[in-house]
Amino acid sequence: MTTILTYPFKNLPTASKWALRFSIRPLSCSSQLRAAPAVQTKTKKTLAKPNIRNVVVVDGVRTPFLLSGTSYKDLMPHDLARAALTGLLHQTSVPKEVVDYIIFGTVIQEVKTSNVAREAALGAGFSDKTPAHTVTMACISANQAMTTGVGLIASGQCDVIVAGGVELMSDVPIRHSRKMRKLMLDLNKAKSMGQRLSLISKFRFNFLAPELPAVSEFSTSETMGHSADRLAAAFAVSRLEQDEYALRSHSLAKKAQDEGLLSDVVPFKVPGKDTVTKDNGIRPSSLEQMAKLKPAFIKPYGTVTAANSSFLTDGASAILIMAEEKALAMGYKPKAYLRDFMYVSQDPKDQLLLGPTYATPKVLEKAGLTMNDIDAFEFHEAFSGQILANFKAMDSDWFAENYMGRKTKVGLPPLEKFNNWGGSLSLGHPFGATGCRLVMAAANRLQKEGGQYGLVAACAAGGQGHAMIVEAYPK
Amino acid sequence: MVACRAIGILSRFSAFRILRSRGYICRNFTGSSALLTRTHINYGVKGDVAVVRINSPNSKVNTLSKELHSEFSEVMNEIWASDQIRSAVLISSKPGCFIAGADINMLAACKTLQEVTQLSQEAQRIVEKLEKSTKPIVAAINGSCLGGGLEVAISCQYRIATKDRKTVLGTPEVLLGALPGAGGTQRLPKMVGVPAALDMMLTGRSIRADRAKKMGLVDQLVEPLGPGLKPPEERTIEYLEEVAITFAKGLADKKISPKRDKGLVEKLTAYAMTIPFVRQQVYKKVEEKVRKQTKGLYPAPLKIIDVVKTGIEQGSDAGYLSESQKFGELIMTKESKALMGLYHGQVLCKKNKFGAPQKDVKHLAILGAGLMGAGIAQVSVDKGLKTILKDATLTALDRGQQQVFKGLNDKVKKKALTSFERDSIFSNLTGQLDYQGFEKADMVIEAVFEDLSLKHRVLKEVEAVIPDHCIFASNTSALPISEIAAVSKRPEKVIGMHYFSPVDKMQLLEIITTEKTSKDTSASAVAVGLKQGKVIIVVKDGPGFYTTRCLAPMMSEVIRILQEGVDPKKLDSLTTSFGFPVGAATLVDEVGVDVAKHVAEDLGKVFGERFGGGNPELLTQMVSKGFLGRKSGKGFYIYQEGVKRKDLNSDMDSILASLKLPPKSEVSSDEDIQFRLVTRFVNEAVMCLQEGILATPAEGDIGAVFGLGFPPCLGGPFRFVDLYGAQKIVDRLKKYEAAYGKQFTPCQLLADHANSPNKKFYQ
Repeated sequence: MTTILTYPFKNLPTASKWALRFSIRPLSCSSQLRAAPAVQTKTKKTLAKPNIRNVVVVDGVRTPFLLSGTSYKDLMPHDLARAALTGLLHQTSVPKEVVDYIIFGTVIQEVKTSNVAREAALGAGFSDKTPAHTVTMACISANQAMTTGVGLIASGQCDVIVAGGVELMSDVPIRHSRKMRKLMLDLNKAKSMGQRLSLISKFRFNFLAPELPAVSEFSTSETMGHSADRLAAAFAVSRLEQDEYALRSHSLAKKAQDEGLLSDVVPFKVPGKDTVTKDNGIRPSSLEQMAKLKPAFIKPYGTVTAANSSFLTDGASAILIMAEEKALAMGYKPKAYLRDFMYVSQDPKDQLLLGPTYATPKVLEKAGLTMNDIDAFEFHEAFSGQILANFKAMDSDWFAENYMGRKTKVGLPPLEKFNNWGGSLSLGHPFGATGCRLVMAAANRLQKEGGQYGLVAACAAGGQGHAMIVEAYPK
Repeated sequence: MVACRAIGILSRFSAFRILRSRGYICRNFTGSSALLTRTHINYGVKGDVAVVRINSPNSKVNTLSKELHSEFSEVMNEIWASDQIRSAVLISSKPGCFIAGADINMLAACKTLQEVTQLSQEAQRIVEKLEKSTKPIVAAINGSCLGGGLEVAISCQYRIATKDRKTVLGTPEVLLGALPGAGGTQRLPKMVGVPAALDMMLTGRSIRADRAKKMGLVDQLVEPLGPGLKPPEERTIEYLEEVAITFAKGLADKKISPKRDKGLVEKLTAYAMTIPFVRQQVYKKVEEKVRKQTKGLYPAPLKIIDVVKTGIEQGSDAGYLSESQKFGELIMTKESKALMGLYHGQVLCKKNKFGAPQKDVKHLAILGAGLMGAGIAQVSVDKGLKTILKDATLTALDRGQQQVFKGLNDKVKKKALTSFERDSIFSNLTGQLDYQGFEKADMVIEAVFEDLSLKHRVLKEVEAVIPDHCIFASNTSALPISEIAAVSKRPEKVIGMHYFSPVDKMQLLEIITTEKTSKDTSASAVAVGLKQGKVIIVVKDGPGFYTTRCLAPMMSEVIRILQEGVDPKKLDSLTTSFGFPVGAATLVDEVGVDVAKHVAEDLGKVFGERFGGGNPELLTQMVSKGFLGRKSGKGFYIYQEGVKRKDLNSDMDSILASLKLPPKSEVSSDEDIQFRLVTRFVNEAVMCLQEGILATPAEGDIGAVFGLGFPPCLGGPFRFVDLYGAQKIVDRLKKYEAAYGKQFTPCQLLADHANSPNKKFYQ
């Protein structure tokens, strides 16, 4: 029940220059254990910058995130993306023609709809005059879609942007082998029967072996789960700690779902099936049950299991972002500002999943904030082991000195402010769509729990990472 | 089938591979009287698991010395006696080394066969106790686990290894002319099957952890860890220990079985080996193959087969006894002494005696994208050096770049690199036709055609564009460096770096310093060579330096022998049966007849009659007919793409006939022909030492073996003089001198050694 009372003297809609602002934290707050001062003021009153347009989140939605192979299994990615777009239109009632640009993130591309943003937008009834493009940056693809939009608005190119992401892991493109493809392409070009026959005679049965989409890092040939297990071992994260954290994620998600806090979820009537209304991967179990599972990657003694990893998920998300003055002029009450953001990258082998550790201090420094200023942390949970390894890295002076070029440690995010409504471990992780979910969770939490600043952070394949500050829109 | 497999695996064995092992490092042990406080081993107990950590003091590696033996048995006895302890983990505290093998100096110090046999038997007893241990012992292996180290590991009940590039397992004893003397010949065949065990022991090859897992040599792999709350190496060892402890507990609780599931092929092989007839065939085939490849010059491989056979056919007791006896016999052989000498020399030539250079070479430029230039580029880029490869024409540059790519891609095919690593290594290479970027170069190596005026021209061109600190190195096989440096503005920065072809395979680098070369320039050149993975000898400037100078008189003798009517094939077989990896006539073809002619003429002018013998006209006529050796498709032999069989070039008959010399019967026996070649080589080598071209005999031996293929079993020209006897060599030389004259006159230093039998090149 943390509440922050703000008393703006003057609340100018266009510039939001706040003359004075208090943040009062009553002693009866839930974080009693932390000896927080009765009155805690933020380092900075707002992150607005002179001469740069403020970018706001009007609202965002997502389809329910489902375990892959369940209700969405017969769909195509653009179907899911379209569902998110229509949901957004419904939720915000934004007139389609004011949308200047649409950007979607996705990871495993369906080759038929490689610009999935465009296909989904056309299907959702957006104006065919609204351009759309698709971006990819592994698990931070949707983050990239949003920040691309932020850039377009801040630079004055656009006023209204729809950003989103989609992933359909129920169906992935499985290709013929290179040899088979070559043979088929050559056959296409062959002119005479003789040429065709001579080509066909080159066929061997092993040509038929299919090529699956890579589940491993291209540069290191290591799967992400394997890397996560090594990362957990490097930071001496035990199996029990990982299971406990996963259990926390599932329990919090269940609670949030039951209490109706996951308000960004919009129902989706799946063609030929029932309407899907909620995420289906939330399954709080017991530590005893979880302890029975065998390691999934490093066998037989690893610590990463199916229960403490995020699962393969189908889902899509979309978010409406605008220039602040545009939103106000259209009569919207925005939910949050999108503020400073940061992309980082590091060694894709041994530090594949440490993106949040690297990105967090950088984005805070850029914004001029400290860890104490953050009221809502929303980190992407790829694996329990990854989150806990990031915690240990952030809490280590040795790591900060030797690998981050910092004098002191980053500091640990307080757990009571961390992923309070569940995370990717429990809600699911459709690679291309998670970014928008994180931002909406942060924005909605700030609205619901009170607080001014939220921090979104995520790791991604390729050893990359992202962090962004979400600032609550003053009520 | 089994036989085929064994042969297949064996096909890579050749004497030329000798001494390619890494990590089998000896150590000068400075004695310690540690009875109460242990210096090599500490052990602690975690729960009911004893963790035994090996850490030899003042050394980068652990070696099985007498002190380690005694401390180890003491600790193990405590563990076996303790009621609290139910299992044990054996691990090394050193990053990159489990146990690198037996202490070579300990073996070298043994005077008699009995002493060595006894050492072997003691080691056998210790590992036998490990094998029979009622409390399970887990060997946790990180880094090199070689020789005696492997024998300790395979006597444990379970093995866990890190999947690190540094973790290699193997039995390199054969490379030192010995055999695994601590039960390895008996346990290894049982563990991995006879064919695989013979392959390991006969080739001495190092096996990486993942391969070892497939073979059944280790039971579990542990992935190396990245940075965490501690440095990666430290945490990886700690993690390995943690994993090993859980397995030790599991074994003690009988939750984990030490037995391994065997694959179908393995089961079939094992079954086939139970049939005596099949076994006999395998032994026979392997023996034939070994005899063919070693030509009877290396006693160790045959003894290894013999000992393995004894163990299987007559039981373990007979096997162990035979192992220890044969081990003693082998250690006492000349071949083993020669090979161990080479090993010591190699260690010496892997050090930079000039110390660290003032400035590390980070940017390298190579002029000339020919075979040598591209080869040098390949061994540079894969060590992370930013390298510019420059040539005058696009065609030549393309060929050179393709050579580098192919070299790297072959490693991908052998799974030594991933395609991603290949690409990122290849991006260190820039191919260009101009001097762009030379202003950043720290070192320029020229590998242009062997022509003094051309070398002068490029030297002047390069000096106009390179920074002041940049070193100019010349890759030449015979042109004196001081002559090249004569036109330099800064001769202190000019040095010779003589690489051997093919650069990525030949380990030797001969560095040539002139009077004016500065110490820092030498230090830089050696540092670059070491980075490129080379074994380095540093010699003084002079015509032909050391290697080419030794080879030239031998080549002259080759021509004379051919003129005397010996068939090139016969000559080849005489030289290879003496231990040279490549026959003498084939060598001329490989080097290139034009190059040989060039060298013969140049050095002939300087050294005069002493380098005479054969008529250089033979080479001149070959060149004029276009018989340049392998590169032109014809030399003494005919070479065709994709054809392995070599046929004699019949067009040579008329040339040879026109230059025919009458053979002198008193010096034309097979043995005499061999010794005419070798003694001229040895005499010239000793003369190089006498004249100060060479600094040490060790460098002379390394240069001759690694650069010119001098028989490794003889240990190099200087070791050969020591072991064979200077007097006998001088006698031979005098005999040939009587027949041919001055070319065989023994040099003063050799004569001195003959006159005083106590004088040895190696004391």
